[in-house]
Amino acid sequence: MKNYETVFILNPVLSEDQAKDTVEKFVKVLTKAKADVINVEKWGLKKMAYPIQNKSTGFYNLVEFTTTSSDLINQLETEYRRDESVMRFMTTVLDKHAVIYNERRRKGEFNRTKKSTGSPRKEDAKS
Amino acid sequence: MTLMNEPIKRAEIKPKYCRFKKNGIKYIDYKDPDFLLKFINEQGKLLPRRLTGTSWKFQKKVSQAVKRARHIAILPYVADSLK
Repeated sequence: MKNYETVFILNPVLSEDQAKDTVEKFVKVLTKAKADVINVEKWGLKKMAYPIQNKSTGFYNLVEFTTTSSDLINQLETEYRRDESVMRFMTTVLDKHAVIYNERRRKGEFNRTKKSTGSPRKEDAKS
Repeated sequence: MTLMNEPIKRAEIKPKYCRFKKNGIKYIDYKDPDFLLKFINEQGKLLPRRLTGTSWKFQKKVSQAVKRARHIAILPYVADSLK
């Protein structure tokens, strides 16, 4: 059993509903293969650091899941490549420290609203 | 006589330390651009260990996190004035 985390950027041309449907589609791919979806996060329309496909913004989405089959990652990434509305994707394996970190992040211990002011979040976390 | 090197005041040089070891940070999140900004220069290049004081173990993790952040367009590959 391994923990994974996948981030993907959807085309900003899509409407909010379309973006939501696309996210659900990928979550369904995971649940169908009996993966446990732990967390789905939609960051909304975000400005990117550099243009991708001549677009400067994109819908960012984060999905955390656990699965035993490594074949599922290939399946998921094939789905990403097939879907034209996905501009960028990345799937990473989480080590044990990352799992603990993500749990705390989900509980909101790092206070995401503070992030916009640029405060050093990690330093807060140790106390 | 005129070409004398000024003595270095050793006490003034602060010893560098690894902030991850000191603060007990074990995982570096690639989704957090504000934090990663401390490890790159204005052009978006990774800063060397000799400047940040990061230990080799965590420098590897920092570089991995920065590279991941670049891939998902959270940090730029090239920039002019990041800070």
